[in-house]
Amino acid sequence: MEIKVMGPGCANCQKVEEIVKEAVAEIGIDAAVEKVTDFQEIAKAGVLSTPAVVIDGVVKCVGQVPSKSEILEWLK
Amino acid sequence: MSEIGRHTADTMIRPLKTPAPKTVKNLFMGLLGLGAWYLIYRQLFSLSSYLTFGLLGLKPASHLGEAVQFFLYDTPKVMMLLTLVVFGVGIIRSFFTPEHTRKILAGKRESVGNILAALLGIVTPFCSCSAVPLFLGFVTAGVPLGVTFSFLIAAPMVNEIALVLLYGLLGWKVAALYLGTGLLLAIIAGWVIGRMGMERHMEDWVLEMRAVADETEKDKLTWPDRFRRGWQAVKDIVGKVWIYVVAGIAVGAGIHGYVPEGFMASIMGKGAWWSVPVAVLIGIPMYSNAAGIVPIIQALLEKGAALGTVLAFMMSVIALSLPETVILRKVLKPRLIATFIGVVGSGILFVGYLFNLII
Repeated sequence: MEIKVMGPGCANCQKVEEIVKEAVAEIGIDAAVEKVTDFQEIAKAGVLSTPAVVIDGVVKCVGQVPSKSEILEWLK
Repeated sequence: MSEIGRHTADTMIRPLKTPAPKTVKNLFMGLLGLGAWYLIYRQLFSLSSYLTFGLLGLKPASHLGEAVQFFLYDTPKVMMLLTLVVFGVGIIRSFFTPEHTRKILAGKRESVGNILAALLGIVTPFCSCSAVPLFLGFVTAGVPLGVTFSFLIAAPMVNEIALVLLYGLLGWKVAALYLGTGLLLAIIAGWVIGRMGMERHMEDWVLEMRAVADETEKDKLTWPDRFRRGWQAVKDIVGKVWIYVVAGIAVGAGIHGYVPEGFMASIMGKGAWWSVPVAVLIGIPMYSNAAGIVPIIQALLEKGAALGTVLAFMMSVIALSLPETVILRKVLKPRLIATFIGVVGSGILFVGYLFNLII
């Protein structure tokens, strides 16, 4: 599973990265969590507002900080 | 014949569902909360007077007394207004997304597009760090450059926090003024930039990008979801902003209590023609959220500062933010950025002078 957290580095984006890493550790699956700060890549993914979470190429959440329970749902 | 049968089945009248008990209870609690909010709100002034002059024993019309009462009155007042409005706006924003806005604006003609973009800029959720992805998304989807700018100008400037605070502290006229001029500024500045045909002044890699299909999953939000969003917005925004609010009110209280009447008139009053450009220039490098600035502005106005100068200062602080300009440098060439600052800055200057003249 490939998880990308997209955001240029404001506080919200960092928070999302933390929560995602926590969720991944909790569920214990093998997932690579990558932080994407490059604008070109973010735009190529069709993301208009950060922070955003993309799992295996599918955009799951855009523009807000998701709750851990939401993330756990996606990871199942 | 079977077609008709199917349609009839589809349009069968369903029995009216009575709302679930939980919904009724939530609605009732909500109304109760609003009622309590209103009652407390009305008592704030008398409460502050009692606390300052009764409990603390300070003398009315003394510097310290005035300052403390200003602080004790405005702090809960502003915090209450803020909470209510951020909640409400959080709910409104749950109806809008940048992707949706992009679809609406794509391919619109300039003048109509500028107006729509400015209006949408107010209600679309937008965080400064999204400025670049949003810009890219808009431009590659066929939203004209000027229209995109109208959105980018309106979004931070016509800030619901600012509006509510202006209304609560200075009355609906000032709030309406800010809203109206903010929108006009966004529309006209965006239109002007569009007319200047500076599409070439975007960074090369931007010009080479193709549009990307909108892949985000459509969110189906229920009303409880929306309320949760509103409440989350309150926790996020008020949680982040309350320190600035209290600090701003403290500064305002100091000005209110200690700065003599009419003192500001010499520096920021109507007579000082240079006060408007100076106000705008000072505002550019400053970036504050609206919440902290408004109480200061209220105190300044009380002491004789001219409305135009003060409005110009406020707009300059909020709309021309150095951090956002730095971020936009990733996609815009220096000339376009300079044009952006120039056009918006001139617009603010104009607004400042206009209001100093007519009010």
